[in-house]
Amino acid sequence: MEKATLLEWYRQMVLIRRFEERCDELYQLEGKIKGFLHLYIGQEAVAVGSIGARESGDHVITAYRDHGHALTVGSDPGRVLAELMGKATGVTGGRGGSMHLVDTERTFWGGYGIVGAHLSLAVGLALAEDYKGTDRVCLVYFGDGSTNIGYYHESLNLAKVWNLPVIFILENNKYGMGTSVERASAETDLLKKGMAYNMPGRRVDGMNVIEVYEATTAAIDAARKGEGPQFLEMQTYRYEGHSIGDRTRYRPQGELDQWRDEKDPIATLQAVLLNDYDVTEDELLAIQNEVMAEVDAAAKFADESPDPALDSLYDHIYPGVIGEVN
Amino acid sequence: MPRLTLREAISEALREEMQRDPNVFIMGEEVGEWGGTYAVTKGFLEEFGERRVRDTPISEMVIAGAATGAAMAGLRPVAEFMTINFAFVAFDAIVNHAAKVSHMFNGEIKAPVVFRAPGGGGKQLGATHSHTPDVIFAHFPGLKVVSPATPYDAKGLMKAAIRDDAPVMFIEPVPLYTSPRVRDDVPDGDYIVPIGVSDIKREGRDVTIVTYGEGLHTALDAANQLAKEGIEAEIIDLRSLQPLDLSKALASFKKTFKCVVVEFGHGTYGIGAEVAAQLQEKGFDYLDAPIKRVAQAQAPAPYAGALEKSALPNAEKVIAAVKEIL
Ligand SMILES: Cc1ncc(C[n+]2csc(CCOP(=O)(O)OP(=O)(O)O)c2C)c(N)n1
Ligand SMILES: [Mg+2]
Repeated sequence: MEKATLLEWYRQMVLIRRFEERCDELYQLEGKIKGFLHLYIGQEAVAVGSIGARESGDHVITAYRDHGHALTVGSDPGRVLAELMGKATGVTGGRGGSMHLVDTERTFWGGYGIVGAHLSLAVGLALAEDYKGTDRVCLVYFGDGSTNIGYYHESLNLAKVWNLPVIFILENNKYGMGTSVERASAETDLLKKGMAYNMPGRRVDGMNVIEVYEATTAAIDAARKGEGPQFLEMQTYRYEGHSIGDRTRYRPQGELDQWRDEKDPIATLQAVLLNDYDVTEDELLAIQNEVMAEVDAAAKFADESPDPALDSLYDHIYPGVIGEVN
Repeated sequence: MPRLTLREAISEALREEMQRDPNVFIMGEEVGEWGGTYAVTKGFLEEFGERRVRDTPISEMVIAGAATGAAMAGLRPVAEFMTINFAFVAFDAIVNHAAKVSHMFNGEIKAPVVFRAPGGGGKQLGATHSHTPDVIFAHFPGLKVVSPATPYDAKGLMKAAIRDDAPVMFIEPVPLYTSPRVRDDVPDGDYIVPIGVSDIKREGRDVTIVTYGEGLHTALDAANQLAKEGIEAEIIDLRSLQPLDLSKALASFKKTFKCVVVEFGHGTYGIGAEVAAQLQEKGFDYLDAPIKRVAQAQAPAPYAGALEKSALPNAEKVIAAVKEIL
């Protein structure tokens, strides 16, 4: 791997973590973020490594735990944070909130709040590329809990029946809210649940950004060549609760510590950079400081942004229609 | 001008739109090889091929979701539900995704998808297969809902639906598909009937009948009989339930001071309830008598022929309602 690429991934992962930590403060200490807030801390390597493997024009779509994906595709942190604070300058002008970020310029089709639903949209995005005869693919992210909903099964099945270029990226963080895979899924080997639909699948250390990148690159190549949908099970862990207010009492004592202390994605990459790439502590510190400044600036921008105009309520109910009440 | 049945008119609209725009395609259960459950797409597979006439598995969630996703990426899908009863399985994809993306993402995404849904009862298919649930879909901002009663309107509305940037639920009254009495002069080639514009189907001075779909023909039967007794009913065909155009209904009501609403769905929370509410709000001073509703009985549709018939609107019930308020 190129050193510059690894440093960029390091920066992206640190950005996600600092961004999420700031969101937590803005919610719990300052009361400036409301509603649901699903943090991505611990899972950074999945978004960074896999989106790092796509080419521009390839689609990205995910569920409600979407801040990491938005920042990785390159959405402006200030506008993302403004969205979380319900401001007019937010990525959807304060309409979507934390769960519904979007950036179509970067072919990021959004976060979606209904478990599993966006898998069907992903099939449609891939269908459109197949229909037009391009070689673009669609990366779709979803959790372990989502493998139990009908949308999941219908979407994997149709993607395979129609041989569509979808990369199904399962972020297996062991829990859907408070329910573990063991308590929710008749088949606890979730890789099998993907391969049941007759597509190639691979289990990946989702805490290792390089492995995520390599596995996703191979999957994208195959789909691009017309080999149809691919399945990747990323083994990962969410450090925080499902959403703000979750005290995670359902987790066995020591489980979090084990993941954080032994497998943390940022620490893992940091070790690679220091040991194998002659990067110095100072260089990494400089990146961290840069990111801190970026998050500070984002927070300032969001905080100083105006609220949405109340008369915008009816805008875009129908595409292109502004201000009309039906 | 050729005289077409409702089914032939819809079929012609679909064919012409597919010839006009290469991005229009059809997907659904049995739309291809079978030729469409109600034969609306008969011959389409032969004419347009498998890429544009796509048989799906029995997977309503992903039919609706993937059609929405493909629309988001720039295609113009026409997704067929075998019947509207099965759209309930896809309710989330329709009302929470197709209908929401434009507003929730602040106009950044649009989903120009048409959901075709044959609906209606009276065919002794039992409670699960005999719904007229049209009004439910009209409840949600973001979705357009149309239901034609004549072949002329059907062709023009289908073309409008396919070209509309909003998602459209296109509800086709099955009992009218091949009915010889609804045969109509339908122009060859291109014309549009705009969505959200109601139509006066019969002029009269004594009472206003507001209806749509199958109800139009029941209302016309009633009006013909009433005319023999010197009672002239004016009939407004809503054609679209969302956006709902009550301008002609209100103008007519201000002339007749009396109104009966005829709908084939259940009456509770139905179209009649909405029409009555709006007419009294906007025309209270013209109210000479209660606004009457003739609707399907508030009971699940039974199988037995006479029993089912007794639950549905008919001309006698409309005549009785009119006479009650004259
Ligand atoms: C259809 C539906 N049912 C329930 C919920 C409530 N809910 C939100 S997230 C969630 C857990 C999903 O877990 P998983 O797919 O593993 O994703 P994770 O939160 O771990 O990223 C539940 C039950 C929902 N949003 N949608
Ligand atoms: Mg999970």
